[in-house]
Amino acid sequence: MPSARYDALIQPTRVHGSMYTAPEIFADELAKIWYRTWVYVGHVSEIAEPNDYVRKNIGPQDVIMTRDADGEVHLLLNRCAHRANLVCEADKGNSSSFRCPYHGWTYRNTGDLLGYPFHQGYGGRGKLELGLGRVPRVGVYQGFVFGSLAAEGPTLLEHLGAAAGEIDRLVRLSPEGEIEVTTGFLKHRARANWKLLAENETDGYHPQFVHASVFSVAQSGIGALYGEKSTAVTRNLGNGHSENDLRPEFRRLGVPMGWFGTTEAKVPQYVARMREVHGDAAEEILIDGAPHVMIFPNLFIAEIQMFTIQPLAVDLTVQHVTAVQLKGAPEMNRRMLQQCIGSVGPAGLLLADDTEMYERNQTGVAELRPEWVDIRRGLGRESVDEHGFTVGAATDETGMRGFWSHYKSLMTADGAAR
Amino acid sequence: MTGLVDRPADAAAPDLDIRTVEQFLYREARLADEHDYDGWESLWTDDAVYWVPANGDDIDRMAQMSVIHDNRNRISTRLKQLRTGRRHAQVPFSRLRRVVSNVEILGREGSDTMVEANFVLVESRERGKEIWAGRYTYRLRIVDGAVRMAYKKVALVDNARVLPTLGFLI
Repeated sequence: MPSARYDALIQPTRVHGSMYTAPEIFADELAKIWYRTWVYVGHVSEIAEPNDYVRKNIGPQDVIMTRDADGEVHLLLNRCAHRANLVCEADKGNSSSFRCPYHGWTYRNTGDLLGYPFHQGYGGRGKLELGLGRVPRVGVYQGFVFGSLAAEGPTLLEHLGAAAGEIDRLVRLSPEGEIEVTTGFLKHRARANWKLLAENETDGYHPQFVHASVFSVAQSGIGALYGEKSTAVTRNLGNGHSENDLRPEFRRLGVPMGWFGTTEAKVPQYVARMREVHGDAAEEILIDGAPHVMIFPNLFIAEIQMFTIQPLAVDLTVQHVTAVQLKGAPEMNRRMLQQCIGSVGPAGLLLADDTEMYERNQTGVAELRPEWVDIRRGLGRESVDEHGFTVGAATDETGMRGFWSHYKSLMTADGAAR
Repeated sequence: MTGLVDRPADAAAPDLDIRTVEQFLYREARLADEHDYDGWESLWTDDAVYWVPANGDDIDRMAQMSVIHDNRNRISTRLKQLRTGRRHAQVPFSRLRRVVSNVEILGREGSDTMVEANFVLVESRERGKEIWAGRYTYRLRIVDGAVRMAYKKVALVDNARVLPTLGFLI
């Protein structure tokens, strides 16, 4: 697709509705974003032991994340080199090899071809230079495993940029400095374009309306964080990443564990352990809490829960969501899990309504007039912080503008997809 | 029955017969289908557990993600949210009808009667029609002369797969 078309469809204050509905744009996104840039795939704790594996995805691609006998992490495409059958049918397990059920070809969990039955048909053993398709670049940051289907490009650290610091903020909430992904995933269908989800993740304007029902009946401090008087800010972190930085509000409150809507008396062992590990620095960590960050294009960390966005078609997306678990903090983990279950997934008190909005929005963007989706909110009151990042008010669309700016740079960049 | 707390046997508790159990299940189904939140809420005991597991029927609900895992307090919050009229996932209400069948009494635990049944449910809303199906497990108890439920598990046949929004009472 010519770059000029994207210049016309993506403007500083508005985006054309066809960006969410045109199948050819979705195909172009797969090539230029999902099969090129760094995409979050899974977490090392999901394959904790040697030879563990778990089925994951990069957009529509079925990816097996494995840990080999030496502990190294691999991302393999679930496709036999013979006739393209699925070599792995289980969701997860432990195996040093995968055997295709169709004709018995066998692969090591590194992707290497181990053997094929009736080898005389190929002139003997070891005659084929074939293997499972590999995601050529695998990067791990703080246990978060990312893959890039492009052999070359920016490094993972270059891609993450300032978002790496948000992952750091999350893992330091564990007394052992690690999070774990151990509670399984809810898989929630949205008949909507993936970008409506990505944009919504740091949209601080919607909670007071979409979630008014739950704010009015449950004890929740979330609503006030996204009010007109909130001191929280929305920050464009660059490279399409953005956050709702809620720390100004949590610091104003100034209570350890206030970010989690509780007090230290409710989680005494956790707080004691954190003070033991971090000394004086513990206060700041326990007051600041967890990040609310959208990491382009598909990882959303919303304090105590983690979402992965999986686009399947121009109007079909799956949200995979799990509870963050802090290594060495069982007292917190129980609470985080149950709170997460209440909020997210198909029946979540929050996410069922977000998803209803995504689906209605998908219908709306297909309407012909007025053609544009407006993203100008807060443009006139943005500032630049001490690190050079653009910052808007809690309810401003600063994150969306950052998303679209990076999106456009990827979609108009030169070079082949693979 | 993962995670269920044994209750002391109560010799005076009358056994629930299958007809009484069926009538209770059908009533519960009708109240849920018709969004009669007050009526449905009144069926619960104070120690209620309303559970829709994910990724299997017998997962550890204290350690794994579930679609729904409500205690009595969260059931109340869920219903209050629905009653606001601003629970967008149920504005307007889904049109619902479910068939409950294969009802079996599978045992007694103290004064409670354990019941299982199959269900098929059709949901219709603007985005389309969904078919939900699975197996219900109930812990029923007589409280002040009326049948009440202390536990309802909904084991969806597709609970390991991608699910659409589930905004109604299943």
